[in-house]
Amino acid sequence: MSQAEWPLFEVFIRSKNGLNHKHVGSLRAADEEMAIQNARDVYTRRSEGVSIWVVQSSLITASDPQDADALFEPADSKIYRHPTFYDVPDGISHM
Amino acid sequence: MSQELSIEELEKRFQEKIDAEIKIEPNDWMPDDYRKTLIRQISQHAHSEIVGMLPEGNWITRAPSLRRKAVLLAKVQDEAGHGLYLYSAAETLGADREETIDDLHSGKAKYSSIFNYPTLSWADMGTIGWLVDGAAIMNQVPLCRCSYGPYARAMVRVCKEESFHQRQGFEIVTKLAQGTPEQKEMAQDSLNRWWWPSLMMFGPSDADSQHTAQSMKWKIKRNTNDDLRQQFVDITVPQAELIGLTIPDPDLKWNEERQSYDFGEINWDEFNQVIRGNGPCNKKRIEDRRNAKENGKWVREAALAHAEKRKMKKAV
Repeated sequence: MSQAEWPLFEVFIRSKNGLNHKHVGSLRAADEEMAIQNARDVYTRRSEGVSIWVVQSSLITASDPQDADALFEPADSKIYRHPTFYDVPDGISHM
Repeated sequence: MSQELSIEELEKRFQEKIDAEIKIEPNDWMPDDYRKTLIRQISQHAHSEIVGMLPEGNWITRAPSLRRKAVLLAKVQDEAGHGLYLYSAAETLGADREETIDDLHSGKAKYSSIFNYPTLSWADMGTIGWLVDGAAIMNQVPLCRCSYGPYARAMVRVCKEESFHQRQGFEIVTKLAQGTPEQKEMAQDSLNRWWWPSLMMFGPSDADSQHTAQSMKWKIKRNTNDDLRQQFVDITVPQAELIGLTIPDPDLKWNEERQSYDFGEINWDEFNQVIRGNGPCNKKRIEDRRNAKENGKWVREAALAHAEKRKMKKAV
């Protein structure tokens, strides 16, 4: 076994201008520059992207799935935040 | 909160999610066996992609034209990519990448038995694309709906790329089948050698498959080995007929009642021998992989040292 593994990077690709960068997967590389080059070869062999972001996986802070209820449940009960909550009389348009 | 839940309750909730077709993501709670099964399956799948480059690599320098060479290079590069997507997916489950690779090299981990057969003629590049990639697609399409998110997403990507592999292979075989008598003979000989090993790619028959039932309950697997094998036969037989090649199976017969082909018995002894490491190329394949890792070690170390040095310079 080699003593030190290359760090893991998460890869984000913008498929075309006007769209967000989107997570596509991960890869290992010695540094950021190599991560970009490898991401080009691994994730954009068929013109899937016009821009790449890479970030070391260890730098990402993620929410814990066990906290999902506490974090996201409050939004479920606030249905008045959606336009469908409100009655609009017949005959009203542009609203 | 969930620390207070019993294992039984957690397992029940887990199965309810699976039944409701909610994907499982890396940090979600999952039974140990689900994790183990997936690590085993995904890493074996990754190994198959990587070892699968070797029989084709054999022909890159001898491709009959620049077009064929460029296509074969692109295909082999895709296979490396597929292996990488899959190793990454296995890592999301906590598998150590180097350890999984070392398991391949020590013989502990398996890979698809098909890659232990030699590629003796150029026609084999065609047959591998047509049959081997065809069988792989049949296996992989249902995996796009696998319950484990990262594996399913990797499969979507793989399947998109795989159909080019099958078409380029079929094109090679078709050209040879329509060529001179010698070329047609070469194509037929290749089909004769690869047909049965391709059927074996679907794994043991359902009655002998130790993992199928649980994997289907967890929706890791969506179809049984025998179902997929039958689908493959039904799809492939007319393709062979169309280009004038003969499937090497005297028992192959259309069954009007089942609306499907009956086919002969697979030589399971051969399958088991190849799985156990006694196929024609098992030793060579593993040796090549080990050498690749060993011989590339200094490059990986140098890249890391270079990265460290540059980081230090920046920090100053």
